[in-house]
Amino acid sequence: MSVLELKRRANQIRQDIITMLVPAKSGHPGGSLSAADILAVLYFHEMRVKPEDPHWPERDRFVLAKGHAAPVLYATLAQKGFFPREELLGLRQTGRILQGHPDMKKVPGVDMSTGSLGQGLSAANGMALAGRLDKKDFRVYVLLGDGEMAEGQVWEAAMAAAHYKLDNLTAILDYNGLQIDGPTEEVMSSEPLKDKWLAFGWHVLEVDGHNIEELLKAFAQAKEIKGKPTLILAKTVKGKGVSFMENQVGWHGSAPNAEQAEQALKELREEAANLG
Amino acid sequence: MAKQATRDAYGKALVALGAENENIVVLDADLSKSTKTAEFAKHYPERFFNMGIAEANLMGTAAGLAAAGKIPFASTFAIFATGRAFEQVRNSIAYPKLNVKIAATHAGITVGEDGASHQAVEDIALMRAVPNMTVLVPADGEETRQAVFAAAQYEGPVYIRMGRLDVPCLFDQNYKFTIGKANVLREGSDCVIFANGVMVSTALEAAQELEEEGLKVAVVNVASVKPLDEETIVAYAQKTGAVVTAEEHNIIGGLGSAVAEVLGEKAPTPLVRVGLKDTFGESGRPMELLEKYGLSKKDVKEAVKAVIARK
Repeated sequence: MSVLELKRRANQIRQDIITMLVPAKSGHPGGSLSAADILAVLYFHEMRVKPEDPHWPERDRFVLAKGHAAPVLYATLAQKGFFPREELLGLRQTGRILQGHPDMKKVPGVDMSTGSLGQGLSAANGMALAGRLDKKDFRVYVLLGDGEMAEGQVWEAAMAAAHYKLDNLTAILDYNGLQIDGPTEEVMSSEPLKDKWLAFGWHVLEVDGHNIEELLKAFAQAKEIKGKPTLILAKTVKGKGVSFMENQVGWHGSAPNAEQAEQALKELREEAANLG
Repeated sequence: MAKQATRDAYGKALVALGAENENIVVLDADLSKSTKTAEFAKHYPERFFNMGIAEANLMGTAAGLAAAGKIPFASTFAIFATGRAFEQVRNSIAYPKLNVKIAATHAGITVGEDGASHQAVEDIALMRAVPNMTVLVPADGEETRQAVFAAAQYEGPVYIRMGRLDVPCLFDQNYKFTIGKANVLREGSDCVIFANGVMVSTALEAAQELEEEGLKVAVVNVASVKPLDEETIVAYAQKTGAVVTAEEHNIIGGLGSAVAEVLGEKAPTPLVRVGLKDTFGESGRPMELLEKYGLSKKDVKEAVKAVIARK
């Protein structure tokens, strides 16, 4: 898929995030929008998956460690064809499949149930170990949040991934700098993040998480790194693509009303038109 | 009577299981010599993963292995498996109903000298309250072996609780352990003792001595705490009209509570619970601790007499 097409996908994912959050009346737009380009590149270029066979044993796996960004995963999976897009409007509603945080038992294409921060990387490690044991060549991708870096389990898992030389594992850190209570560096300093991951034995690549070309290059490079896992430190903007949500901590965990959503969608449609 | 610790039987069962099923993988958190998973590690090094002293990651990694088709046995001491890693067990394993077997050793006060920090007295309560979880408390080596194989056959999360202490070998290969079934070990009409783990042999000894005093006491081994064999429990409560539970666990939340819940709803019967009386343990010799904390044969006998008096 061309860079332009991937940009269009990311834009459509963003529109779907906004659209699905309105009837849900709650949810997390900021950290979903920041990850839209990453998910577009993963599911429409990088990963081998079969929407018609979501449990295909040879598929690449994806773990959304920052499970509260479920809308970005749901929008992506729906576009990819794992389930009908109409289902997006049932987000967070009783009796529907799209839970507030991803549920692998309910949603086709969700490889791991997540939501409790800090646990996703461990699960991804387990999948990568299983793949190696079975001599399968699938890869495992996991998207972490920067607020999540305060969870001790992340570092237990980071240590283990390097110890077991999991080069079939690529972690992406959605480095948007904001969490519920404020800027990440004010809530709990996690810098220097790059040095920390390097010290834990990972290969680290730094990219602009909204630059499709850079993301494509980083994923390609990660596959070439042998003997250690790779972390893609993706600098992002929380709320990316919607002017009034960008870098606003208040949009971490509240849904837009119909009027706000209309404004957001107008901006995103304009962006889409400008893409050509 | 020959003795074997349930953890020893676990170590041997794992090796046998590993030979017949290559999807079996084992994880430990730097306690493989104590949990006896070291045996498996020696036989199948490529299928053994030491996660270091990191129990949260141990459980999360086991979840990922299960999500990719493996049957992981995740082992550490009961206090860390259910306490330190509770929320990983809850969210990464039980909620998605992943096929992880949490095989925990060193449960209860018979850990002994290491003291209360290492003696899980609330693990059954914690695991029993988690939806999708199966909870097994085998009484001896043979039952442990069978429970390990049954857990591997069963699709879904299982908690197996084992001990450090050598305990009497009660069963042979003719014994049949089944998930969800209690086993009647001794018939009686005056009272029934529902016991599991190390308390099964104690209950049998107590019942034997009580017979010499003219009391006919049934003993039922309830190794499957969840799912619970409600039918057998109700039947023996109704048949005897007096119930004692005996477990090496806090009387809150374990077997005693499980039996009380069933009887309260379906067959109210006088009940006395033998177990830790909502207290932590301490350092000491296992047998001395069992006596000090009210888990001796004498305590079981007194409980039987007390409950019969309430008929």
